[in-house]
Amino acid sequence: MIVADKKPIQEIIETVKHCEKILVLGCNECVTVCEAGGKKEVGILSSALRMYFLNQGKEMKIDEITLERQCDHEYLDEIRDVADQYDAIVSLACGVGVQFTAEKYPSMPVYPGVNTCFLGATEKRGLWTERCQACGSCILATTGGICPVSRCAKRVMNGPCGGSSKGKCEISKDVDCAWQLIIDRLKAIGRLEDYEKVQPIKDWSTDRAGGPRRVVREDVQL
Amino acid sequence: MRLKYPSSIKIIRVPCTGKVDLLHVLRAFEKGADGVYVVGCEEGSCQYTKGNFRARKRIEQAQNILDTIGIGGERAQMYNLSSGEGTRFAQFAIEMEERIQKLGPNPIKLAHNKSAA
Repeated sequence: MIVADKKPIQEIIETVKHCEKILVLGCNECVTVCEAGGKKEVGILSSALRMYFLNQGKEMKIDEITLERQCDHEYLDEIRDVADQYDAIVSLACGVGVQFTAEKYPSMPVYPGVNTCFLGATEKRGLWTERCQACGSCILATTGGICPVSRCAKRVMNGPCGGSSKGKCEISKDVDCAWQLIIDRLKAIGRLEDYEKVQPIKDWSTDRAGGPRRVVREDVQL
Repeated sequence: MRLKYPSSIKIIRVPCTGKVDLLHVLRAFEKGADGVYVVGCEEGSCQYTKGNFRARKRIEQAQNILDTIGIGGERAQMYNLSSGEGTRFAQFAIEMEERIQKLGPNPIKLAHNKSAA
């Protein structure tokens, strides 16, 4: 999922302090799972903002709505009738949601309420780590399910570099050497012969390095 | 035990302090409460194992938020005791009341009163 982290309240206060009425818009998907922008966080942020502005002598009207997702037209349509009543929308969705909301309601300032960080998973409550960098040509089949693009600091495609030491990456003792993990995993699943095969040069044209990307599926377009 | 504790304290009973959510605490301050404190079981004795730990974490979150927005994190506190310790319950109540008296009324309550007047 997309992992995001809450923006400091002070930063959000700076962006909305000129408004009289704002809508805090949450998202029920990834940001809910990483406890940054779901219904509960919408409630917490709205309560905190209301109290801050009241303390400053300003009664700001702050409404709270949480949509299923902010990356789909059908869900953003649900606020069609109320969106123009506000001076601004603070969207707690990931960067995708903030932008899509802004595109759908172009006359409405849409401000982000979270910092979108990476594609990752919940290792345990309160700990999310990066697993994927959306390179567009997945090679996990040959690396035992561990990604050298996202987990190797140098993104090497064939085996550990000289900096791998005791299973740790040279950049930090807290970072595992991805290739050590790959070798251990291939051994565990009995596919160490995949490691011996030299992988061809990776096709990076599908990576972000080549510019903003798109996926077109003509087989599902009507 | 017929011990005395301040009448300014209103008790809300919950089956476990783990039921108390961060939003409950924040909304209480939003509505004008001068202070909110949670009294939970002794750490390690929670019959739901971690309920009182969850409450402690949420009170800490509330303290951070209240500090950031200028209301003052000391207005939210967490206490632990065993359900047999009536004397300590009264002690906490008196201690909390003294703390809040020193901090003064909730500025939100004053702002509400001003706008209502």
